[in-house]
Amino acid sequence: MRRDIFQAIADPTRRAILVLVAVQAMTPNAIAEHFDITRQSISRHLRILSECDLLAQKQEGREIFYELKIDKMKEIDTWLDQFRKIMQESFKRLDEVLYTIKNKKK
Amino acid sequence: MNLLFDFTVDKAAKTVFITREFDADLSLVWDAFTKAEILDQWVAPKPWISKTKFMDFKVGGRRFYAMVSPEGQERWAIQKYTSISPKTNFKMFNAFADKDENPELPGSDWDYTFSEQNEKTTVRITIYNESLARMEKMIEMGFTEGFKMSMNNLENLLASLSQK
Repeated sequence: MRRDIFQAIADPTRRAILVLVAVQAMTPNAIAEHFDITRQSISRHLRILSECDLLAQKQEGREIFYELKIDKMKEIDTWLDQFRKIMQESFKRLDEVLYTIKNKKK
Repeated sequence: MNLLFDFTVDKAAKTVFITREFDADLSLVWDAFTKAEILDQWVAPKPWISKTKFMDFKVGGRRFYAMVSPEGQERWAIQKYTSISPKTNFKMFNAFADKDENPELPGSDWDYTFSEQNEKTTVRITIYNESLARMEKMIEMGFTEGFKMSMNNLENLLASLSQK
């Protein structure tokens, strides 16, 4: 059965699952650890998301990982852009730390 | 003050290159990258704070630290120093970990080079990831407001999906 994408994202747990796997591919167990609901409900959510073509499964050894099904390169660009901003902000904090230490030495 | 900041990515080589200039002498900048008490003051993206459990800055030594969210959520990571040339260069392997120091592989290789000119210090950082996708987790730690930012991203992702 092919489901509607809006049905998929109407549920808060499913939205949260998408956010998790947007960050990295995860096993059903790893996903379940983030929620206070049964493994069975997690499986059901994963099935619905897969049927909506939002999740892809990939096998790594004995484990099955779920990942967000999107243009991977575009996703990486988005993440890299965030990483750039994070580094930039850290360095700005370091500027302040260096300034404080230099003033103390004087 | 205008301090140089450069960030480039070589996707084929799975490497990120960062160059940043600091308005301080080399030995101070070196300390800021190699001493836990200074590192903890600046590395964590707000509102997270960095908490170093231990740091043994020597070849083969490790730093075990957590990024702690305002809610008290801890994300542990472990760094192993693989090469140190004092005040010039150091290399480390960084991996996320559980609270019992078990690393989650694969991690990433970080290479820091320091140089000083005109009372400014330039730091060149090379980050190699076995998989660029693995970087996502690194970035996950940088979420300024927990999942909020990823939610925004997700909205964009979903928007682009629905256009297909």
